[in-house]
Amino acid sequence: MTSLVNRAPQETRGNWKTYAVLATFMILSAFPVYWMFVIATSTDEKVMGFPPTVIPGDQLLVNLSEVFGMQDVFFTASLINSVIVAGVVTLTTLFFCSLAGFAFAKLRFRYRNALMIIVILTLTVPNQLGVVALYILMSRLEWNGTLLAVIAPGLVSAFGVFYMRQFIGHAIPDELIEAARIDGALTLRIYWTVVLPAIRPALAVLGLLTFVATWNDFQWPLITLNGTDFPTSMVALSDLASGNYVIYRRVLAGAFAATVPLVILLLIGGRQIVRGIMEGALK
Amino acid sequence: MSLTEIRPAPPGQPKHAPPPRAKFWLYRFDTKTVPYLLIAPFFLLFAIFGLFPIVFNAIVALRNWRLDEPDERGWAGFENFSRLLTDEDFWNALGNTFGIFVLSTIPQLLIALIIANLLNRKLRGTTWWRVGILLPYVTPVAASTLVFAMFFARDYGLANWFLSLVGFGNENPIDWRAAKWSSWIAIATMVNWKWIGYNALLYLSAMQSIPKDVYEASAVDGAGPWRQLWQITVPMIQPVILFTVVLSTIGGLQLFNEPMLFDENPASASGGSDGQFQTIAQLIYKVGWKDLNLGYAAAMSWALFLIILIVAAVNALATRRLGGDK
Repeated sequence: MTSLVNRAPQETRGNWKTYAVLATFMILSAFPVYWMFVIATSTDEKVMGFPPTVIPGDQLLVNLSEVFGMQDVFFTASLINSVIVAGVVTLTTLFFCSLAGFAFAKLRFRYRNALMIIVILTLTVPNQLGVVALYILMSRLEWNGTLLAVIAPGLVSAFGVFYMRQFIGHAIPDELIEAARIDGALTLRIYWTVVLPAIRPALAVLGLLTFVATWNDFQWPLITLNGTDFPTSMVALSDLASGNYVIYRRVLAGAFAATVPLVILLLIGGRQIVRGIMEGALK
Repeated sequence: MSLTEIRPAPPGQPKHAPPPRAKFWLYRFDTKTVPYLLIAPFFLLFAIFGLFPIVFNAIVALRNWRLDEPDERGWAGFENFSRLLTDEDFWNALGNTFGIFVLSTIPQLLIALIIANLLNRKLRGTTWWRVGILLPYVTPVAASTLVFAMFFARDYGLANWFLSLVGFGNENPIDWRAAKWSSWIAIATMVNWKWIGYNALLYLSAMQSIPKDVYEASAVDGAGPWRQLWQITVPMIQPVILFTVVLSTIGGLQLFNEPMLFDENPASASGGSDGQFQTIAQLIYKVGWKDLNLGYAAAMSWALFLIILIVAAVNALATRRLGGDK
């Protein structure tokens, strides 16, 4: 054994065992997504074969076109709906949360701290609790079954306000804001010209986290959109998997199509997502 | 915040002439009112779509509220709550929720701890590992659960095939959905798969903020990496462990997606042929939107909320005590 005596883990070089464990873990993490792809590219015979197939086939386009062509599942529309919902929610969350975060971090007003505590408290309320009443509210508004019902509750997030406040508090010196004020800039102008350019990294992080969470949301969309012509892709997936006769290669081709956008996001913005999660832990 | 108070007034200010009246009011508006306008969207939207449903939920729970009989609404008193006490479905779902919760939380956090500890070493391709373990986190639960549903199929499932390779269940392959223990394991596997990487990053983040000299100066002489992890690292990152325990309690007791889509017919929300893996969240959905009894579903939501509060508090205390005297 090499000398590990009282040396910090950060100073310890990973040995082959470290890499072996991490690689095994990584393979197990990736396998379900890989296998989704395998089934999505296979024929019925291969799916129902024994031993089960673990090598991709060449039927991806066939399976995808079947999913997209199904009459009562609206799969194409569902992907578009998901893009609309996740896109709108992400944009408004970024806008409203950065505005509020800016106010909480840099402006002075009465009850600021008390109001911030309320924001933090709302973080801890389980959303499950209000689902029944939310449904009744939405039916009064006649929004059930429309994308509005899914978008409206997501327009802001307490986590977003909190995250933005922390970031703006650290990233922007008070002097910068005061200098802009002395030049006669009004608050909104300061937000636009001083704050927004400085918080681009935080916007990227919060935007990615929000998009992923909204895209993957299942329970509330299922309650309000199920059985309508406007499902999100998660609801459409559960439709695909329901019924008496389920064709797995189809179901998983659909699952694959709904997963690909997120894998691409992870490839492009993985660093930012990692950063967001790790910074979130230190709050 | 305190910095601004001790700093002398900016030197430019006194030179300015007193602002004309209109400008003065604009300035007043900008400093007194605009801050509230900036935070207003959050509070307004939260009041409508967050707070109101919770308050209103309490009212619904005290009423007869059926979707199919809108005329028979009226106060029900605590009928919906007392019904819970004798509702076998509720207690069955409660047991399932706890069973799956234990099977998913404990391995999840332990493995995350070990993975984080490995990631905390000097590695090649640091970013690559960190991004890689997040693949399950970004994969939609609906999609991954459908894969696992096939993985745990009785016929042609990979899980049974692996078991048969080691000579288990060749004659009678396991029907994973049929029994409580097997369906709980299957569902817990899905939850573990999804959240280990995420929790590992939370732990890693806390581990990196431990100063190196804590290890160098520690009284644990010649501790191997394993003892180092348990005796130095874990007590040092206790606040984050507490945070993840509370977080997974809140999430775990509301488990919905996995048991829903693991079912042979997800639309039924029945959690297996005999409710063997029906969770409370799933039962709330079934009572509310399949049996159309929103009043009862609302009462059940309150019960679940109370249970979450109690369990989160107990778990937080237990975690604190475990690492308390270090």
